[in-house]
Amino acid sequence: MDADWGVEFLQLSLAPILIGTLAAIACALPGNFLLLRRQALIGDAISHVALPGIVVAFLVTGTIAAWPMMVGAAGAAVVAVGLIELIKRLGKVEPGAAMGVVFTTLFAAGVLLLEQSDTSGVHIDVEHALYGNLESLIWFDATGWSSLLDIGALAGLPPQLFRLAIVLAVIVGFMAAFWKELAISTFDPGFAQAVGIRTGAVGFALVVAAAIAAVAAFDAVGSIIVIAMFVCPPATARLMTDRLGRQVAWSVLFATTAAIAGYVFAGYGPLWFGSPYAVSAAGMIATVSGVQLGLACLLGPRRRRTGQAAAPQ
Amino acid sequence: MSLDSHIELVSDGGYAVETGGDDCPLEVRGLTVAYGEKPAVFSVDARFPSASMTAIVGPNGAGKSTFLKGALGIVPRLAGEVRFYGQPLKEARRDVAYVPQRASVDWDFPARVIDVVMMGLYREVGLFRFAGSRHRARAMDCLERVGMQDFADRQIGQLSGGQQQRVFLARALAQDAELYLLDEPFAGVDAATEHAIVSVLKGLKAAGKTVVCVHHDLSTVTAYFDRAMLINMRKQSEGPIAEAFTSETLQATYGGRLAESQIAELRLGSC
Repeated sequence: MDADWGVEFLQLSLAPILIGTLAAIACALPGNFLLLRRQALIGDAISHVALPGIVVAFLVTGTIAAWPMMVGAAGAAVVAVGLIELIKRLGKVEPGAAMGVVFTTLFAAGVLLLEQSDTSGVHIDVEHALYGNLESLIWFDATGWSSLLDIGALAGLPPQLFRLAIVLAVIVGFMAAFWKELAISTFDPGFAQAVGIRTGAVGFALVVAAAIAAVAAFDAVGSIIVIAMFVCPPATARLMTDRLGRQVAWSVLFATTAAIAGYVFAGYGPLWFGSPYAVSAAGMIATVSGVQLGLACLLGPRRRRTGQAAAPQ
Repeated sequence: MSLDSHIELVSDGGYAVETGGDDCPLEVRGLTVAYGEKPAVFSVDARFPSASMTAIVGPNGAGKSTFLKGALGIVPRLAGEVRFYGQPLKEARRDVAYVPQRASVDWDFPARVIDVVMMGLYREVGLFRFAGSRHRARAMDCLERVGMQDFADRQIGQLSGGQQQRVFLARALAQDAELYLLDEPFAGVDAATEHAIVSVLKGLKAAGKTVVCVHHDLSTVTAYFDRAMLINMRKQSEGPIAEAFTSETLQATYGGRLAESQIAELRLGSC
């Protein structure tokens, strides 16, 4: 009985939990700085423009292999960020409005493109893009706990797991290497430039890191979770501490617990209430993340702060 | 002084950067900065000599802060040349400390006082490295110089305006520079902070450092500074207080917005 439970867990739950956790952390890490720069919405923008990027990548390459899709989505993210900057400067509108215009337009263009082009027989659907399909990422090769040490069996893990692990390593490396530059240019861009930090390059690198995280996570878990994970864990963490390093650590903890608890609640929660059906894991992870934020707003030690916002320049 | 040194400078400018003969902390020629199509600073020449303390004075929106930002390349220059100790900024960053306006940053940022001061050690810590206990000790020394050592672990949003300004000054001290450019360091601070900042700046000058402040309070210019630059988009005057900060230059800069009696009071307060 115990062994059966173990095999079932390994086959059905281990990979989704790990993938959800890696995706949540990969988004939450750059999300901390996006939030402090009041650019949290950029995650939303990036995850929406991934759709036209993927469609264009498919039309160009004719395959739905993962890497061309990711390159297409990342390319679309860069184009979107460029367009947002352009509209901000030429149109002299506030950043939120520029992001709103760009990502809705590009997302709609992606839907039209998908409809018009001959993608019949290929599985790209909008629902999948939004909700992801965490539950389908299963590990057939697991036969018992010993599979965790069996290289052959491990190779059968869903490829999303390895991609996200690589992406997370890249993001952790970037943030560790340029921690000072990120912190100083986020807090005081004028001072940062005066000491020789290339603030434009740092800001762009941060957005690229966020785009990489969004695209890798999007592929595995859909865009709802991406949007939630960029904003909720960092915002929750901000209410727990007044130190940047600790905020980032708290955000990792919140991302991890939301991913695990969300998956478990989605799978078993409805049973506890007498319903035989599971609910979407991605949706439940995002919901748990929102509940964490709500609790921190009510109970977080740093929820009442006196600091004033910067004056408009 | 101005005519002679200017001729010398122009001839210097042609070929003399490498000779090392020019050690003027900050020299600006023809600086022009525009926001959109409206120039904020137009063709300003200025020279800030070593071990001097200069107030940049002018009405609101006259381009005082923009002059500093343009000199530092924080806002793009339309035209003009800027030399720090005879070199472009990127060769001289170690010698230049900049204190932006206090209101230009978000004080809700998750950082403690000590974290902000250690930002001043950025160049010293170096790429891909983290600050160590040696840097922390240096930052604590700088906090002590502005009387803020007891606040090292306080979140910056919990400080008063004057305390925040002192933290910014401590960060500049941590840079251990030769030239200090400060944007409105006395704006919205309490009397004790104003006194503390003035004595730190005068100490810097006494140690041979050069100080340039954007300054809005005309009544304290003569008490705090030995030089002045009056600006209203164009430079109106520049030089020692006695020459540059007169009723004529003030009248020209403020365009009749100051009454003669106000100006008379300012001059009374001097010397």
